[in-house]
Order: sequence, then C-alpha cells, then structure tokens
Amino acid sequence: MLDAYAETGEAMRASSETIGGQDASHDHVAEFVNVTKRFGSIVAADRLNLGIRRGEFLSFLGPSGCGKTTALRMLAGFEQPSEGTIRINRSDMSAMPSYQRPVNMVFQHYALFPHMTVAQNVGYGLRQRRPRMAKTEIGQRVTKALNTVRLGDFSERRTWELSGGQQQRVALARAIINEPAILLLDEPMAALDAKLRAEMQRELLDLQRSLGITFVLVTHDQEEALSMSDRICIMGGGQIAQVGSPDELYDRPASRYVADFVGKANILLGEVVARQGGQAKVVLGCGSEVLVSEASVDNRHNVEVIIRPEALGMSAAPQNGTAALRARVTHRTFLGDHTEYRLQVEKTGALQVNLTRQAERALGGRGVGDDVYVLWEDGAGLILGAED
Amino acid sequence: MKFYAIAVYSFLYIPIAIIALFSFSAGRSASSFQGFSTEWYGRALRNPFVMEALGTSLKVAFLSAVLATVFGTMAALALTGMRGRLRAVFDTLVLIAVMIPGVVIGIAALIALVTVFNAVNPVLEALMGQRLSLGFGSLVGVHGMFTMSLVLLLVRGRLETFDRSQIEASNDLGANPFWTFVQVTLPQIAPAILAGFLLAFTFSFDDFIMAFFVSGSETTLPIYIFSSIRRGVTPEINAIGTMVMVASLILLIIAQVLLRMGAPQAKE
Repeated sequence: MLDAYAETGEAMRASSETIGGQDASHDHVAEFVNVTKRFGSIVAADRLNLGIRRGEFLSFLGPSGCGKTTALRMLAGFEQPSEGTIRINRSDMSAMPSYQRPVNMVFQHYALFPHMTVAQNVGYGLRQRRPRMAKTEIGQRVTKALNTVRLGDFSERRTWELSGGQQQRVALARAIINEPAILLLDEPMAALDAKLRAEMQRELLDLQRSLGITFVLVTHDQEEALSMSDRICIMGGGQIAQVGSPDELYDRPASRYVADFVGKANILLGEVVARQGGQAKVVLGCGSEVLVSEASVDNRHNVEVIIRPEALGMSAAPQNGTAALRARVTHRTFLGDHTEYRLQVEKTGALQVNLTRQAERALGGRGVGDDVYVLWEDGAGLILGAED
Repeated sequence: MKFYAIAVYSFLYIPIAIIALFSFSAGRSASSFQGFSTEWYGRALRNPFVMEALGTSLKVAFLSAVLATVFGTMAALALTGMRGRLRAVFDTLVLIAVMIPGVVIGIAALIALVTVFNAVNPVLEALMGQRLSLGFGSLVGVHGMFTMSLVLLLVRGRLETFDRSQIEASNDLGANPFWTFVQVTLPQIAPAILAGFLLAFTFSFDDFIMAFFVSGSETTLPIYIFSSIRRGVTPEINAIGTMVMVASLILLIIAQVLLRMGAPQAKE
C-alpha cells in the first residue's frame, strides 16, 4: 500500500529536480506576490513575497500574531488578501473559493466530523468530486489512505473514540487522500504531548518524503521547524523576516530578530577597525579584538555581532593565537550532554557558552565565581546586517 | 426540605391526577367517582364538535410549527455567525418574546391585526372583493411567530457547541457552502431542529390564551374546552383534557430524547 504512494512520490521528486535544477529558477507550486492582509486597522500580513517550491517542506515560524496563520489561511482560501496575488500552480487564486483550490489542510484541532465514521471522514473529499467517483473506488482509496497512516483497523470507529494522535492521523489521511498540490498543516502538533509529538514529527516527515507532496507547516515551535523543514520562513509583525534552510537561518541570521528566535544567541556590540575578504576585525566593549565573518559588507563602524553559545570555547588561561575575553562565571547548568555557562564580561555584558563534557576538562575545575577566558576562534560569529 | 418538595409537587400534580381519575368515572358528576368506565372517552371521540376542534388544532399546530422551524432555524444559523452589539440586541429581543405573558402577546397581536386589516380591507375589497379577517391564518401566524423564538433558542444552543472549523474543513475538502450545510451542519443540528418542531407543535396545540384573542370564528380544542366548561364540567372534558395531556407529554419526552441525542458526545 505504501509502495504505490512512494512511487508517485519518487516520480514527482525527480521531475521537480529537473525543473528546479537550473540555479534559482525553482518550480514554484505556489507564490505570494506582494500579499497584504488587513483586519480593520490591523495589518496581519504585510507585503509577503514568497515562492513555495514543489515538493519541499516549508515552515512558517514565528510567535503568535506574527501573521503565519493568516498566510496559511490565505493559501487555503479562508481569507482573501487585501492586496496582492496568490498563485497556485501558476494560476491566480483571487476568485477561487476554498472548495475549488487544489490544497488540503490539517486543522489545529483536526475538525473531524463527529457524525461520521473514520472511513466516512477520510472519504469525504472524494465524495465531493464531480463527476462522482465510484463507491468501490472510494472504498479502495480510503483503505489505502488509512493503511498509510496505520489506522487500517479503525475504519468503522467513531472519531471521538480515538486518541489525540489517532485523530490527527485521521485528519492527515482525510487530507492526503485528495492528492493536493500542497498539504497545509496548522500547528498540528500543538495538542499532543511531547513524546507523541516527536513520534508524529518523524511520521509526518516520512510521509512527506514518500508522497512527495509539498508540505506547508505553521508552527511557533522552533525545534519542530528546524528538525522537519527544508526551508523555514520566519515571520514577525506580519512581515517575512528571513527565508532559508534551517542551517542558513542558524548560521547566517539576517537580523537580530531571526538570531534571537532561532536557537540561542549571544549578541554583542562592537566597533569595526578593519575589513578584509568577508571578515572584519571588531573591537568589543572589553577591549578584546576578534575576527568575525560578515555576510553583507557595508561601511558601518558600530555593529552587532552574534555568536552561538557552542561556537565559543573556555579555558583557564589565555591561549596563543586565539582571541580571548576575560570573564567571570555566574551560573553553571549541567544538562547531561553539555553544560551551559553564564558569564559576565566586563563592559561587554552577559555571555552564554555551551561546553561539551570533553571541553569542560580544559577549565581545570573552575566554576561559579572564578575567572576564566572565553576563546573566540578567528571567523567565528557574524556581523548582523543593518536593521531597517 | 423534603416536606416542602412533596407539598409543592402535590399542589402541582394532584389536581391533574384528579382530572385524569374522574375521566374514568362512570357517572355524570365531576366531583364523586362512581365506578370505572371508559364511556366518556368514547363520547368525546364521537362528539363532532370535539373532532372538528381537534382537527383545527392539529392543522394550526402543524403549520405554525413548520413556519417556526424553518424561520427559527434560519435565524439561529444567521445569529451564530454574528458577533458584537447587534447580536446582543437580537438575543435580548428573542428572550423578551419568550418571557412576555401570552395574554399580552394575544392582545397586542389582536390590536395589530385588526389595525392592519382595517387599513387594507377597503383596498382589497375594491380590488378583489375580498377582505381579511381573524381566523385560521391569524392563528397560524401568531403561533408561528411566538414559537419561532423557542426553535431559535434550541437550535442556537446546539450550534454553540458545534465546532465551526468543521465548516472550513468541509469547504477545504471540496464541498461548497450548500453541500457543506447538507452534509455537515444539518445532520448535527437535526435533532435540535426536530425537538424545536415538536416543542412548537405542542405549544401551539396547548395554547388557549393567544388563540382566544386571534382565533376569530375558529374553534381550537382548548377554546372548545373553555367554552364547554361554562356549560358545566362533565367527565367528557376530563377525558379530552387527559388525552391532550398524554399526547403533549409524549411529544415533549421525544423532544427531550432528541436533544440529548444531539448533544456532543463526551470524549473517551
């Protein structure tokens, strides 16, 4: 049963690669062109421009009220853009109601029909097709979809007899059975407990790989977005803050907002004294000179430098050839595979450094209240782009 | 506490029980039991005036309940989509309609209808040689108007617990608003609609006070009972009353069962 889906998935993936192969001209299954949505005086989505690539797993990530759900609902057709155009498969969706769009949604609270059995829920989309699909055909496809989500034995159950995880699988089967161009997922994991959530994330990812359908997920959980997505669209205040792969967002955040939202970040003020080949020499508040990467070179003197806690090292004594900042340990949190150190650097502020168990040995037993040196490898850290 | 409860329920139900008891009396007296008999039931059912009044009552009840159900359900659906101040105004108006005493509605309806009839009748007479008067139509109209608010309250109660994201889900799966209503909304509110219909039917069937004012020359069963009491109470009236009561009770019980059935199922 799974194989049939897997095959079409492979075929779709292969074709998308050949089309999308030429550098930046990707095959977009959907596009937002200057899309703005206002609710009264509130701007929920502000000039969104985004291409969703065929077959990718894209996440809209942001805090509540950032416009991510509005973007998803506009794609589904539940909201109409106040300005701009949404295209799906290259056709303008402005005049197309939700019931004619080639997309399907998994709702946050699943929105299953309580007066129908599991099988009737899953077959609902197929029963709406005109010309009508034969009953036997619907039956076969329902069985196949239920097997795909491992609910083969539950077809005659009522939806309210199922657990949360099972209900979510029904919602998933009800959506994928229609073979949508895009599967929309509105915080589908929010109502599940942590263990089940991790399990469902894996299953969802497997499903996406085998079906080859474009998945668009809305979430406020950065770990979920980082672990599942091909690309993440980070939103804030109705605008797109940055779009990129999880690695890109983590390693090269375009703004302080993104740096803060994805992972933990130390953000320090500094003054550029020299620039060369994508790197800059920066003097920090404490007087130490460090060599930092710079993504987009400009002529600013005062800059913000971001460095991840695990990119820094610590030692009991300064080391030759590595920039070092004198610091005092204020907190130590042991987390098993690594330890978090909170440090205070004079005239620079608080810093967090994460050390592996192995790296901790170089500290020679220094702990809270002791002076240490924070090691800054050349090129570690990044100068944040100018905020507009 | 227990004593008061017993006293209250006795006060309420003993007179009704006595009416039912004397309907089986063999004698003519409504105050002394003279042996068991179902004779009065037979007499009531053979009485052409009773049967005619019953027919009128059933027709009025059915038509007014249909009107009330259709418009009450439509109003309930429209109101659930509404928020804010306008909604509060409508809610209050509906509740007021239920709380106003029947005698006030009856008089008000009578005055309103007579005023309108007086205004339009000269024109109608000149144009078509017809005139409007109180009767079957005004009975159906007034009962329908009043019971509409009962249906509205019942259906809206059911809609409150209805997860509206189901409607979006249905649209998303390819059903247009009409088919969404037929396949998703209607099946889930149907028990409440049916319960509303039965309640409206019972209410209209049992109503005396509003019918008294607007029935014109028509005689419904409660009006017949009222007028025959003035000629003296016989066990025949008891028999009619008992039958009406039992029929109403059955309808109300069915309505209750339907409402329970329609309530959302508890999880697990």
